[in-house]
Amino acid sequence: MKRRDFIHLSGMGMGALLTAGIPATGIPVLGNSVVPEYLLEPGVDVATKKRFADIALNAAKSKGATYTDVRIGRYLQQFMFTREMKVQNIVNAESYGVGIRVIANGTWGFAATSNVTPDAIARCAETAVAIAKANSKFQTEPVVLAPQKGVGDVTWKTPITKNAFEIPVQQKIELLMKVNSEAMKNGAGFVTSNLFFVNEQKYFASTDGTYADQDIHRVWPTFTVTAVDKAAGKFKTRDALSSPMGMGYEYLDGLASEKIAAPNGLVGYRNSYDMVEDAILAAKQAKEKLTAKTVQPGKYDLVLDPNHLGLTIHESVGHPTELDRVLGYEANYAGTSFATLDKWKTKKFNYGSKLVNIVADKLQPHSLGKVGYDDEGVPSKEWDLIKDGILVNYQAIRDQAAILGEKESNGCCYADNWDSVQFQRMPNVSLKHGNEKRSVFDMIKGVDKGIYIIGRGSYSIDQQRYNFQFGGQLFYEIKNGELVGMLDDVAYQSNTQEFWNSCAQLCDKDDYRMFGSFFDGKGQPSQVSAVSHGSATTRFNGVNVINTGRKI
Amino acid sequence: MAILTKDEAKKIIDKVLSYSKADELSANLTGGRIGNIRYARNAVSTSGEGTNLSLSVTAAFGKRSGTATINEFDDASLEKTVRRAEEIARLAPENPEYMPMLGPQTYLAADPYSQNTANIDPAYRSQATFDSIDPCRKKNLTAAGYMEDTTRFTAIGNTKGLSAYNRETSVEFSITVRTADGTGSGYSTRDVTDVSKLSTKDATEIAMQKAMASTNARALEPGKYTVILEPAALLANVDASLMAAMMNSLDARNAEEGRSFLSKKGGGTRLGEKLFDERVTIYSDPTNAEVPAAAFGGGGGRFGGGGSDGRPQEKVTWIEKGVVKNLSYSRYWADKKGVKAIPPPANFIMAGGTESLADMIKSTEKGILVTRFWYIRAVDPQTLLYTGLTRDGTFYIENGQIKFPVKNFRFNESPIIMLNNLESLGKPVRLAGNLIPPLKIRDFTFTSLSDAV
Repeated sequence: MKRRDFIHLSGMGMGALLTAGIPATGIPVLGNSVVPEYLLEPGVDVATKKRFADIALNAAKSKGATYTDVRIGRYLQQFMFTREMKVQNIVNAESYGVGIRVIANGTWGFAATSNVTPDAIARCAETAVAIAKANSKFQTEPVVLAPQKGVGDVTWKTPITKNAFEIPVQQKIELLMKVNSEAMKNGAGFVTSNLFFVNEQKYFASTDGTYADQDIHRVWPTFTVTAVDKAAGKFKTRDALSSPMGMGYEYLDGLASEKIAAPNGLVGYRNSYDMVEDAILAAKQAKEKLTAKTVQPGKYDLVLDPNHLGLTIHESVGHPTELDRVLGYEANYAGTSFATLDKWKTKKFNYGSKLVNIVADKLQPHSLGKVGYDDEGVPSKEWDLIKDGILVNYQAIRDQAAILGEKESNGCCYADNWDSVQFQRMPNVSLKHGNEKRSVFDMIKGVDKGIYIIGRGSYSIDQQRYNFQFGGQLFYEIKNGELVGMLDDVAYQSNTQEFWNSCAQLCDKDDYRMFGSFFDGKGQPSQVSAVSHGSATTRFNGVNVINTGRKI
Repeated sequence: MAILTKDEAKKIIDKVLSYSKADELSANLTGGRIGNIRYARNAVSTSGEGTNLSLSVTAAFGKRSGTATINEFDDASLEKTVRRAEEIARLAPENPEYMPMLGPQTYLAADPYSQNTANIDPAYRSQATFDSIDPCRKKNLTAAGYMEDTTRFTAIGNTKGLSAYNRETSVEFSITVRTADGTGSGYSTRDVTDVSKLSTKDATEIAMQKAMASTNARALEPGKYTVILEPAALLANVDASLMAAMMNSLDARNAEEGRSFLSKKGGGTRLGEKLFDERVTIYSDPTNAEVPAAAFGGGGGRFGGGGSDGRPQEKVTWIEKGVVKNLSYSRYWADKKGVKAIPPPANFIMAGGTESLADMIKSTEKGILVTRFWYIRAVDPQTLLYTGLTRDGTFYIENGQIKFPVKNFRFNESPIIMLNNLESLGKPVRLAGNLIPPLKIRDFTFTSLSDAV
């Protein structure tokens, strides 16, 4: 969009309010606010980035670094926030700079600068080496990297058809206003809706001989609808059933071909989302929740929709199979893992039933974690974490892979900004669908006493990813193969191994969809990453359900 | 230079304001330095230091406003930023909730700054880390910890005559020590304004003791227990916490709109009602010497900030003898309701007793001592029901003594219910920039066991 277009659109009453820092939602904003057209300006050309990268590599080497990698990053974000018929905020942000990581004296060092000039880059590299040398004072074992052959000059881009930043601000705001007005018309007392767009333009170079230029796009449309019964002193919410995706604005096309019919008029959205349709349904369901029956605690067979199960996969499989947790690097913050090395070494640890096949990958089309190369220059790949129910592998980066004597990294290194140091982050972690033809309607028919759960609710799991309690957005009671009404106050508790061993049935590929998280937090200082989790609707037998209703 | 003096900052802001052609213009200048060092497996894993200086300009024409930021400070760049903010404001839609900028304000004399902390350098961080790692190595324990120091300033000014300046420092330190066999884990955390009050060695010593004492934990049945919650279990600087959740919910608009635990059946709020044990008194005060905070919003208030509109932070009593005495208001909502626009607190201070933690244990017949909670998430906003787990040191108390470590529990509890089941309060200590006492609570609800260490 040209500047003139922005003024024209804004003149129609839909201009951008630009605010720095972190909006009231607590969403992290990594850059300085800019006018929207800056988001469409091309960044520095590849030849210049390569020249800058070589300056860093050479400067670090001259000061004694035995390994160096450099990331020249331009991070663009556009976040839109509305409430009822008001535009609360539009944030356009850009962040540009260089992060340099070295190994010197067998120790990591890292430095970053927003001053992307040859002199500043050289100084920054020298600082990284100096930090490494200072920290080597207490180092007892030198850092060793699993081998990685350089891949030369390569490029990769998220295969989008509509760049979200090219869509006029007015069009996006009109969509959110439509979402809000339809929600209000259909019974919502309050509604907030948001659009998040991210573009990471990232150039990576290392002393291995890799020069990777990547252009990564992500989108996330979402809302929260609230229904209030003031007389009863009650309120209930229903969040959007969208998923953050590694796509362009085409995700918002709402293609009928990407919708999957589900019971009670619910819609499963695959690679295309109808935000208005979902908002209408959400308003009706939030109202319905006000009078939903409170659940009887006990054992139930759970039928879990992919939009819910994704977060269960994330918490109970994704995080415990992160090798940095297993080794103790996150002990002070995010925790360690019950999936210890001894369990992995036996190749007999029953993580789940034989139906459970969970893969890690950075290749899945439209996923948030899909890239060409990670932030150590390792090409993306797919590998098994759990095969036929057995724990077979972890997610690793180069220095952790070397600790285990592995021959290569899994390519799981990521930093959320140029000034953040890269570390191990979760790739897409997904449950493979079943091979027998089975829809969610078929699955529910076979359940005598169960609950069908949709959407992300309250999630909590212990620091070794063992004991958990998960809620959801929508709960429907299943009796003798039929949905008989909405339930309230539902949460299920289990431990990871018991839960995955209770996995009894999977729907097939036609039901397979992705859930995603835009802001998965980890590390000190904390960083965010985006990741997808695919699955089909899945049944788990005999899970403990508690009633969370209280009186105050 | 990322930390400007009051005069240096005012000079820049006055220049910015002089370029204004808008109905109203405000400038917010912030700068600072953040240093950190992180370690695990008894070795430093990452360390860094960064500085930043940034100017944010907001212009308004009627109810239309726009903001632009910049980190260049030559005259041309400053003027360009003002023009850009004005341009955006002219183009922006009217915001029906826009409130005119404030004029001159009177601020309390808060001083959340320490030169000792501002002087921290990489060598200091390295030594502080060594002081934590070395004793663990000597006892075959494994340390994982993190220290972050911040020095920053905020200066604001506007064309209505408002002018304010704040500089502040803080250091946060946390340490988790685990036994070599992975069956014991202990935690300790500290935060200070003046780093001379921090001993990473002393804090690590407590985590070491807890790690060693927590091996071979026994399983107790979940259920309702008397618990002694250490301050780190009530308030955390790395995760959600029960007390922060409650304090963050004291918002008038949400309550009046019917979507808060403070909403009254049939409409209205529960302001003025006695909702807690009468020993519960919580107030905020930016001038408190132990937990000094910025005297105005936008100074990086440590507990919810307080916004960036320049409203003064005052001493406010939120809960007095169990009665909800005040709620926070946005300026728009306060204007609509015809009340004073009290900003959210920059810190909070919970009144306690004089008992030490040891005294509280001594007076406990049967109970559970909780070091820390983890992964606390809201289950039901209507009742403020939260769930989470104990972590890094959970012990059974009998007849006034710690008897044995116990396996971790999951809880499902509301801070509202918890603060009605008070047995006793200990001496308040600083945590996450606030003062909070350890609490002894009866009938605290643990719903399941966790095998996690």
